[in-house]
Amino acid sequence: MVVTIAFVACIAGLMIGTVPIAPADALRALIDPDAADAPIVRLLRAPRVLLAFGVGGVLAVAGASLQALVRNPLAEPWILGLSGGASLGAVVATVVGLPAGWGIPACATAGALGAVALVYRISRIADQHLDPRVLLLAGVIVGAFASAITTLVLIFADPMRFRSATLWILGGFSGASWHGVRDFAIVAVVPSAVLLALARQLDLLALGDEPALALGADVDRTRTLVVVMTSILTAATVASAGVIGFVGLVVPHALRWTIGPMHRRLLPLAFLAGGAFTVAADTLARTVAQPAELPVGAITAIVGVPLFAVLLRRTIQ
Amino acid sequence: MIVAADSVSVRYRGAEADAVSGVSFAVTAGEMVAIGGPNGCGKTTMLRALQGLVVPTSGQVLLDGRPVASWTRRQVAQLIGALPQREEPAFPMRVEDAVALGRWAHLGAFAAPGARDHDAIDAAIARCDIESLRQRRIDTLSGGEWQRVRLARTLAAQPRALLLDEPTSALDVGHEMALFELMRDLADTGIAVVVVTHHLNVAARFADRMVLMQHGRVTREGPPRAAMTSELLSDLFSWPVRITTLPDGVPQFVAERDPERADHG
Repeated sequence: MVVTIAFVACIAGLMIGTVPIAPADALRALIDPDAADAPIVRLLRAPRVLLAFGVGGVLAVAGASLQALVRNPLAEPWILGLSGGASLGAVVATVVGLPAGWGIPACATAGALGAVALVYRISRIADQHLDPRVLLLAGVIVGAFASAITTLVLIFADPMRFRSATLWILGGFSGASWHGVRDFAIVAVVPSAVLLALARQLDLLALGDEPALALGADVDRTRTLVVVMTSILTAATVASAGVIGFVGLVVPHALRWTIGPMHRRLLPLAFLAGGAFTVAADTLARTVAQPAELPVGAITAIVGVPLFAVLLRRTIQ
Repeated sequence: MIVAADSVSVRYRGAEADAVSGVSFAVTAGEMVAIGGPNGCGKTTMLRALQGLVVPTSGQVLLDGRPVASWTRRQVAQLIGALPQREEPAFPMRVEDAVALGRWAHLGAFAAPGARDHDAIDAAIARCDIESLRQRRIDTLSGGEWQRVRLARTLAAQPRALLLDEPTSALDVGHEMALFELMRDLADTGIAVVVVTHHLNVAARFADRMVLMQHGRVTREGPPRAAMTSELLSDLFSWPVRITTLPDGVPQFVAERDPERADHG
């Protein structure tokens, strides 16, 4: 089912746009470089769909993993402040003039890790047991703090770099290219594989520390790995497409509701469903207000915020 | 000895006194031992020390004759099935999946559960009589059903010892008795069962031995008939206690009313 949805979303992403293309023509263009629609499909839409799929998939996997880590369905890279930290790191890299290929992902990862460390630190001050409410509050605060610092950094940047950093902050997939897809894949493949390998330990972690330890999980090591891997993944998405919130919230939630919470099924399907969701959101973002393009993050937020409210109510109860 | 503690003391960082002080304790295969004592007497800390989850400030814990520090968490989990007191799963899974988590210590990161794992899971489910709950979600279970599922989960690892921390504290009498009967059966099949409980009267009917603790020390250890005396229990709980005896000779305690207030009751 999820595979079919993912496939349909990708084909739709290739077809829909300023120049509509029939499904058969879109597929032909993928196979045959001399087809009539090949330039649009192969150079513009295919890398864009692929990048959106990868970014969305990875955000959903990171969201599901973070939710097991903090044992709370409200956790998500954006809400926990990781995206904000990654964004700050990436802006600093841009303003300082580090090369986009490795400089931005590296600084974004450092920013995401810094944000997690700060969120943990703040939560621990309030409560040793990482109360979900405190954790979420700390995440939002750290996110706001990161965004304030980002603004400061931009104000003191030189005009040219200010412009490129601002364009980049707006995010989205309009600048997608095959190079971009490759750069993203290089950073994202290993951490995604590590999280998949940790699936069973995430099941144990979601039970709580004491039961997980009793069942033989190495809780501290698993937790560290999850934090580092989700930080790298968040950084990879932020470096490629800016800040996109709520994918990591909506997708794992919808999947748990249908296939249950076991991570060996949840994580791979979250990747596919997160990819499909983001491709659909991006397709919508570039078509509803043609020729203008909406930020894809606005679309994901419109879906995500009401769901967040419903989940918050359930969790607090 | 499957699990043995030799003069174990534990002091938590920043604490003024030892949580556990010079406790020696051992349990063999087929034996059921109940640990009792007032709140904060060190029972739970003792269970944690036996699993190697807290490092003793002095003394040592031996599992199968080897210091617990030389065991990996996974190896400990294969030997000891521990049931912590508190557990609130974040996401409601099916009973079958919950029990299968007990096999983790025997599985690699990528290995799918094999025939032996499925056999162990099925046996644990049958042992705890939860076959009819297999497909239920754990958030729909009653307290008694949930404890049986958790016990089945620890049994899925085929442990040689069970360390259970107040497994019946939230259960009504019927479910409590059923769980104790099950623990006794498990001991009779050769598993070493250690159960921390406040319900000494129930424990006295099932346990081979009782270990009574106070202020981090063992104040009495022995068969229920020898361990449960009115002087000792009165001192332990700082409350007057009388002992009666069941027809089969098992001692039961009754806490007295405060004589100054009993007239008004």
